[in-house]
Amino acid sequence: MSATATTASGGTPPAPGPHRAPAAPEPGGAASRLGWAAADSWTMTRRELARWARQPVAVVVNLAFPVMLLLMFTYLVGGGRGVDGDPTAYLVPGMLALTMAFGLESTMLAVTQDLGKGVIDRFRSMPMAPGAVLVGRSAADMLQSVAALAVMTGVGYAVGWRWHHGPTAALGAMGLLLLLRFAMLWVGIHLALVAGRPEMVSAVQILVWPVGFLSNVFAAPGSMPAWLGAVVEWNPMSATATAVRDLFGNPGATSGSWAAEHAGLLAVLWPTAIIAVFFPLAVRRFTRIGR
Amino acid sequence: MTEAIVMDGVHKRYGEKRALDGLDLAVRSGTVHGVLGPNGAGKTTAVRIMSTLLRHDAGRVTVAGLDVRERAAEVRRRIGLLGQHAALDEKLGGRQNLEMFGRLYHLGARRAGSRADELLERFGLADAGRKAVERYSGGMRRRLDLAASLITDPDVLFLDEPTTGLDPRGRTEVWEAVRSLVGGGATVLLTTQYLEEADQLADRISLIDGGRAVAEGTPDELKSRVGGDRIDVVLRDASRLAEAGALLGGDDVTLDPDRRLIGAPAPDRMAALTRTVRALEEAGIEAEDVAVRRPTLDEVFLFLTGRPDGERRTGAGGTARTGRTAENGPAEVAA
Ligand SMILES: Nc1ncnc2c1ncn2[C@@H]1O[C@H](COP(=O)(O)OP(=O)(O)OP(=O)(O)O)[C@@H](O)[C@H]1O
Ligand SMILES: [Mg+2]
Repeated sequence: MSATATTASGGTPPAPGPHRAPAAPEPGGAASRLGWAAADSWTMTRRELARWARQPVAVVVNLAFPVMLLLMFTYLVGGGRGVDGDPTAYLVPGMLALTMAFGLESTMLAVTQDLGKGVIDRFRSMPMAPGAVLVGRSAADMLQSVAALAVMTGVGYAVGWRWHHGPTAALGAMGLLLLLRFAMLWVGIHLALVAGRPEMVSAVQILVWPVGFLSNVFAAPGSMPAWLGAVVEWNPMSATATAVRDLFGNPGATSGSWAAEHAGLLAVLWPTAIIAVFFPLAVRRFTRIGR
Repeated sequence: MTEAIVMDGVHKRYGEKRALDGLDLAVRSGTVHGVLGPNGAGKTTAVRIMSTLLRHDAGRVTVAGLDVRERAAEVRRRIGLLGQHAALDEKLGGRQNLEMFGRLYHLGARRAGSRADELLERFGLADAGRKAVERYSGGMRRRLDLAASLITDPDVLFLDEPTTGLDPRGRTEVWEAVRSLVGGGATVLLTTQYLEEADQLADRISLIDGGRAVAEGTPDELKSRVGGDRIDVVLRDASRLAEAGALLGGDDVTLDPDRRLIGAPAPDRMAALTRTVRALEEAGIEAEDVAVRRPTLDEVFLFLTGRPDGERRTGAGGTARTGRTAENGPAEVAA
């Protein structure tokens, strides 16, 4: 980076003496701008990692929550209605999809809390790449989601769930799950930027539950009234859950409808469309704070 | 270029609320400019506009010769900002904060780290560098925030109420830091609600109210327009208030029966104090407290706008200010 950096006024490099303050370098051109944008994004990702290191309990709680849900629905609530065989085989992939989708909440909460803090003002008053804050956020959330998937897969294995189509298909399934997470991440960032008040986060936290239940995560659409089953099958979360079940070789609840037959396609299309809409909206919204 | 900051007829509205209503401001390079005004005057709004955080609706704003709307990125490389509220990551340590900001100024990892250590040392935070900011005291937090705004020794530094909420020692430390900075040639714009602070630090002061500048000048110019220092006398016996008021003379005497308080001009400070104590003694009027103090913001406002400022008229504010001026060393005698 220092190779591309030219110094402020006059071109003399700042003296490295202990009490001589360094000047903020000026960008040398498009390449150094791009390099800086990457560096800033990395700095913001490191910030999130450092925050985790400072709050290990919160990290553990965040990972434990979906595990708790998984165990609760497997053993207490008795999910998997309308499916033959072992309910865990149906529930585990569904819970993975649900966890990814509910990531929307945690992203929205994190961004809302961040925006409420003065540190965002400092970032915005500095010559950093616009959007690096958001990239840092999304990188950290994706890392967290990878960890969540790993833990849940482990717990799923412990309660008897298995994948049957080999590691490549399983990785493909993980990819689809993370794609859903990535889409929900940008929805969360956008919602936080639009309605970034803690009350709104609570509202969203309540609303995600009905959306979560209006999917095939817990119960097969075939066990529902026809109109409800149709709504449920077109839910992006259902598409991912069905596609992931196929890839894992877990029993699905195929109704033979178009949405169910093309779940793999929908599991790619839905998140892609959501990203295409919300990513630019969120970035634009962020750079326009204060206008 | 001699003007480091220019605001020219700047307007900013929040919905129906006019926060800035044609604000004019000019700050010469290398000087400290105080922006003095009561709650809601528009100080923070002005600072946020100058530091590119907020867009103004109309008017022209340049910082370091650059238009803040058109060349925000360049402005940001040249300014430091200490906002009214801490702009730090509370969960991270003090050093982690400074290092992160250094990286974002593109100093490179190594220089960002060494700069963080220098600043922690300079602001007496070296021992607290690893501690999370959320566990800092208010004063430590303010100092770290100030350090963060000095990472690149900015050409123009904005300080929004830098000492509000600090104890006298914390306040003095911030004042020292500001003075040493200006020695290095930087331009500083600081907002404050305290005349005392502007007096201590600023070469010139703009008094703002209702989003516009109502007066501008050196501290001495402004104070002489208000009529200089005042003496406050608290009587033991409220019934003798009028009598004592007459003794202290002048038409500029204020009487406050609730607080048994008389206020009178004291342009000659110590002489006025001696005169007052002697006059009261001779008349056999007992005083509980006598103090010479600077004109308060209330009085500056009353004088310059012809009306008391709504939010600061209350007794609580008055008490707080009397306490503060006492700390800063005016003569005070308990009778
Ligand atoms: N985000 C906002 N939305 C609506 N009104 C606002 C907003 N920010 C400030 N105001 C209003 O604009 C006016 C100026 O506010 P500003 O914060 O600039 O004042 P100030 O001089 O900094 O006050 P203080 O001494 O309390 O910090 C006030 O009347 C305030 O209520
Ligand atoms: Mg303010």
